Amino acid sequence: MRSAFRPLTRRGLLTGTLGSAALLAAGGSLAGCGTPAAQQTEEGCVSEDLSGTEKTLAFSNWPQYMDVDEDDESKRPSLDEFVSRTGIKVAYSEDVNDNNEFFGKVQNQLAACQSTGRDIMVLTDWMAARMIRLGWLQMLDGTKMPNVAANILPSLRNRPFDVDNQYAVPWQSGLAGLAYNGRVTGEIRTVDELLTRPDLKGKVTALSEMRDTMGLLLMSNGHNPADFTANQFDDALNKLKRAVNSGQIRRFTGNDYAPDLAKGDIAACVGWSGDIIQLGFEDEQIKFVVPDSGVMLWSDNMLVPNQASHKTNAEELINYYYEPAVAAQLAAYVNYICPVQGAQAEMEKIDPELAANPLIFPDEAMLSRSRVFMALDETQEREYEAKFQQVIGA
Amino acid sequence: MSALAHAPTGSGQPASPPPAARSGRHRLLPYLLLLPGAAWLFLFFVVPLVQLAAASLYDPSGSLSTGYTLTWAVGNYPTALQAYWPQFGRSFLFAGIALVLALLMGYPLAYAIAQKAGRWKNLLLVCVIAPMFTSFLVRTLAWKTILSDNGWLVGLLRDVHLLGPDGRLLATPIAVVLGLTYNFLPFLVLPLYASLERLDHRLLEAASDLYASPLRTFRRVTLPLSMPGLIAGTLLFFIPATGDYINAELLGTPNEYMIGNVIDSAFLVRLDYPQGAALSFLLMSAILAVVFGYLRRAGTEEVL
Repeated sequence: MRSAFRPLTRRGLLTGTLGSAALLAAGGSLAGCGTPAAQQTEEGCVSEDLSGTEKTLAFSNWPQYMDVDEDDESKRPSLDEFVSRTGIKVAYSEDVNDNNEFFGKVQNQLAACQSTGRDIMVLTDWMAARMIRLGWLQMLDGTKMPNVAANILPSLRNRPFDVDNQYAVPWQSGLAGLAYNGRVTGEIRTVDELLTRPDLKGKVTALSEMRDTMGLLLMSNGHNPADFTANQFDDALNKLKRAVNSGQIRRFTGNDYAPDLAKGDIAACVGWSGDIIQLGFEDEQIKFVVPDSGVMLWSDNMLVPNQASHKTNAEELINYYYEPAVAAQLAAYVNYICPVQGAQAEMEKIDPELAANPLIFPDEAMLSRSRVFMALDETQEREYEAKFQQVIGA
Repeated sequence: MSALAHAPTGSGQPASPPPAARSGRHRLLPYLLLLPGAAWLFLFFVVPLVQLAAASLYDPSGSLSTGYTLTWAVGNYPTALQAYWPQFGRSFLFAGIALVLALLMGYPLAYAIAQKAGRWKNLLLVCVIAPMFTSFLVRTLAWKTILSDNGWLVGLLRDVHLLGPDGRLLATPIAVVLGLTYNFLPFLVLPLYASLERLDHRLLEAASDLYASPLRTFRRVTLPLSMPGLIAGTLLFFIPATGDYINAELLGTPNEYMIGNVIDSAFLVRLDYPQGAALSFLLMSAILAVVFGYLRRAGTEEVL
């Protein structure tokens, strides 16, 4: 007999592969011991500013968050005006679709203090707060942005997570409140009605954004979302849990509640003012409600990440968008709450009807009822988010 | 996996073993040919898998800002299972029901296309595959419209009193199972079609010559001959269906969430990497256990 050569069989190969994979797994996990800390410090991660020599700026924003020319969608009037005025070339990309997803995209670079290739990115309050906490953002120079100090809405000036807008300047703001479809149900005034009214059973959605849904619930219990205790959070969460268990709440959504509300599959929901205004243009029976107990005010913020090499250019752009006339031009297109004082007067010239809309230019009464969610530290954020996710089913 | 679909139905291996080794180079040749595929698998499957395994054993009190250390925290597994066993059970239940429904629809469909369609065969095949040209997400969103509370389907079902006046389909387990059935049906039909297409008519004739009833012919001839396709199809259907989270997310409510939704939120929302990794591994091992059990029962050396 010659030496036994065993032909390669599928099973033999599979067993071999699985075996070696298992060995590798054991060896590999011994070698790879955990992950490094993602926390950065101002001294540890220093960014160089090349704005003096490079007149460029990379700007990442959400889709449909910038005014475009009615005839030519590739033209962005307010941005083009900035380019011609300052000579700074802006590479504008609409690559932010979801805060969590975007975080996943830039997390590895920022954790290692590397460049993301972006000079400005626009992210929502809580994500901005997380990045500030992680030390991933560059501090902005207020003296280079006089318009911001002069024109920002007072309620956005001292937010719990970022006093004096040192790191985050609102691009647009909005409200999270209640909405209903008047063709399907009668008027809704309070959060409690939404959670308990029998005729709405199974026809209600709430937002999967914890701060918006829980903020409204905390306020409906008479507590302040900007300053609450763990017990108060648990009380509010139990209230939500009862509504989920009773089948009152059908599901938790991102933006996707809007078509369901328009069709009447859901009768009422926790929703965002910007979406509801858009729906209201097409069907006036769809209405946004500011509950008497209060409404949540959120913003999407312009942030300059570490290792972004055009900070001064970025500050120039932020300053530009806080000119009332520019802000009005933008607000006329995007229909969110304009964070710039004085834009309302400018809007009168463009579109008086929009200027009178309290969901774009809220009045004092509405702003006094609005709250920004408390700044959470990492432990709190994880604990609250885990509890909330457990109730919403994931 | 697509190779499974083309597993020969007859005797798989050539009867005579390959000639014994003549030279070293010849002996190495099969391994050299394997090299590109193996390198690919190693880089994009084994390495991430090892990382995931390590992540599932990280100290659960670590965090993004402080980093994680590998402490062999096996406790992550029972903790994760305890918190999310309902979603686990639901994944297997929903995928199982969807599989049964898909088999009831898919087998006759594949049989008809393979054996009875004649010149319509190619057109029908295109009809099965065509929806796959649009995105998974878009197809699932289309089901939202079809099952909508004010849509024609719910209206019809209410009229014939299959649904109560306030009954609905969207946001119920029914919608999720329907979505799973629909979305993964082609994965079941195509391998089945491939093995049914090669069904030897002479064997069926022989069976009827021997006075076998059509039912018996099916049970003793057609079904055993289509086994490789059936097994490949069920696996291709069941494995992705169990891990799916889009259908539960779009067509269901929190009460229908499957384990995929939990893993998604652990990684992207809660940033609890050890738990997310532990859940992923639990899911993988549960699926592997089911698959191996199934293959052992089905006893098909040819497929694996």
